[in-house]
Amino acid sequence: MRFYEYESKALFERRGLPLGRSRLAHDADGARAAAAEIGAVVLKSQVLSGGRMKAGAVKFADTPDEAASHFETILPIEVNGQKARSVLVEEKTPIAQEYFVSVTWDGRAKKPVVLFSDMGGIDIEEVAEKHPEHVSKTHFSTILPITPRIAKEAVGAVGVTGGELNRLTPIVFELMQLFLDFDLTLAEINPLARLEDGRFIVLDGHVDMEAEARGKHKALLEELGIGEDETRQARPPTSFEIAGRKVNEADHRGVAGNVVEFDGDLGLVIGAGGGSLTLFDAVRNQGGRPANYCEIGGNPSVKKACELTKLILAKPGVEKIAVMMNVVSNTRVDIVARGVIKGCIESGRDPAEVIAIFRIPGAWEDEGFKILAKYGVEYCDRSVSMYDAAGRAVAKMGAQS
Amino acid sequence: MPALFIDVRVADDASKDGALAKKLEEVCPVGIFVATDAGVEISEENLDECTLCDLCLEAAPKGTVQVIKRYEE
Repeated sequence: MRFYEYESKALFERRGLPLGRSRLAHDADGARAAAAEIGAVVLKSQVLSGGRMKAGAVKFADTPDEAASHFETILPIEVNGQKARSVLVEEKTPIAQEYFVSVTWDGRAKKPVVLFSDMGGIDIEEVAEKHPEHVSKTHFSTILPITPRIAKEAVGAVGVTGGELNRLTPIVFELMQLFLDFDLTLAEINPLARLEDGRFIVLDGHVDMEAEARGKHKALLEELGIGEDETRQARPPTSFEIAGRKVNEADHRGVAGNVVEFDGDLGLVIGAGGGSLTLFDAVRNQGGRPANYCEIGGNPSVKKACELTKLILAKPGVEKIAVMMNVVSNTRVDIVARGVIKGCIESGRDPAEVIAIFRIPGAWEDEGFKILAKYGVEYCDRSVSMYDAAGRAVAKMGAQS
Repeated sequence: MPALFIDVRVADDASKDGALAKKLEEVCPVGIFVATDAGVEISEENLDECTLCDLCLEAAPKGTVQVIKRYEE
């Protein structure tokens, strides 16, 4: 769940990170008053997207009237399809150097990682590619206590020394603490500026919280004014995704219907123990074009699996579906097999033709395989890896085009 | 749409037994049996949800309820 910049900064303030003076403006008069109080300011559109500067949604003002005028210009600008919620009016500061610091999750290492660079303000991927010596990656544990030493290593690894190193270390350390304390998936400051007088200040920040942690941090979210109905996704749900949610909500048994729409031609009925992400990636790595992401598990009913299958098959451009899961224990292979076959038949499609592969090993698989065999559906057991099963599905898509 | 995978049959005499009807309705986890004034009725809509738990077979006198896997026919 993404935070607006002003919310991110409210969170930073709790850990004592250095911030410039700022006010949130909801109208031109508010922007004028803020500038009158602060002085020279920068006005920044509050959207949940990057690319504000390119879109013209960040402007500098030296006078209150100029700030009011810029507010009127900035507010209607859509940035990557998003309308501004408000405008942050912040102190304009003389910058000597910009740094980048981010704490995020490294899925491969299964640990949080601090990314630090002394070349901030620009796209960090570009810096990593062209100037790798200016980017450090430092992992830390979620189990062992963290210490400022880790932060110091991260900063020192790009050659920062002396007083700068000493002043940057606590900032990076507090960001690491923040990441852990609030179950964040991203805590980023870019740029972190060193001012001409030697002080450091957070100019811009991004925070993403793990959606599942919303309940745990209810008090914080209430304090920040983030409503329970605010999903804060990168884009509004499509009609396909809304329909999927309805499929899931219509029946309490298991999970089936949590879908994300993509523009490919291979529908995916996937899930189980992290299997969804693995299988989605496998399809893409094998050259396939998924029509959707999806999560099924927890032993959904036949009806639920059937309705999900019908929804995916009704999506324009979907030629076939791949039904694949990790090894299942509580979800039953035969129940899912019944559901997807029924979904195909109720959609007027031949299961043998439309199901590119069925790879769900585990509970009641013998019964499931009997059903699949009866309907002529190609299936495989756990001796075929998820990656290879995805490859078989993709090969069938290639064979038909 | 009629059930594709499972069929459940109750012997004629047993299907008119009100007490058995209530028992079958109670034990079935997916609502296949519906107790009515006339005895037990089968909910066609729920047949394919059968989990093959055999609770109905245990609840009824031997041979009076049959669960048929249509995909084995």
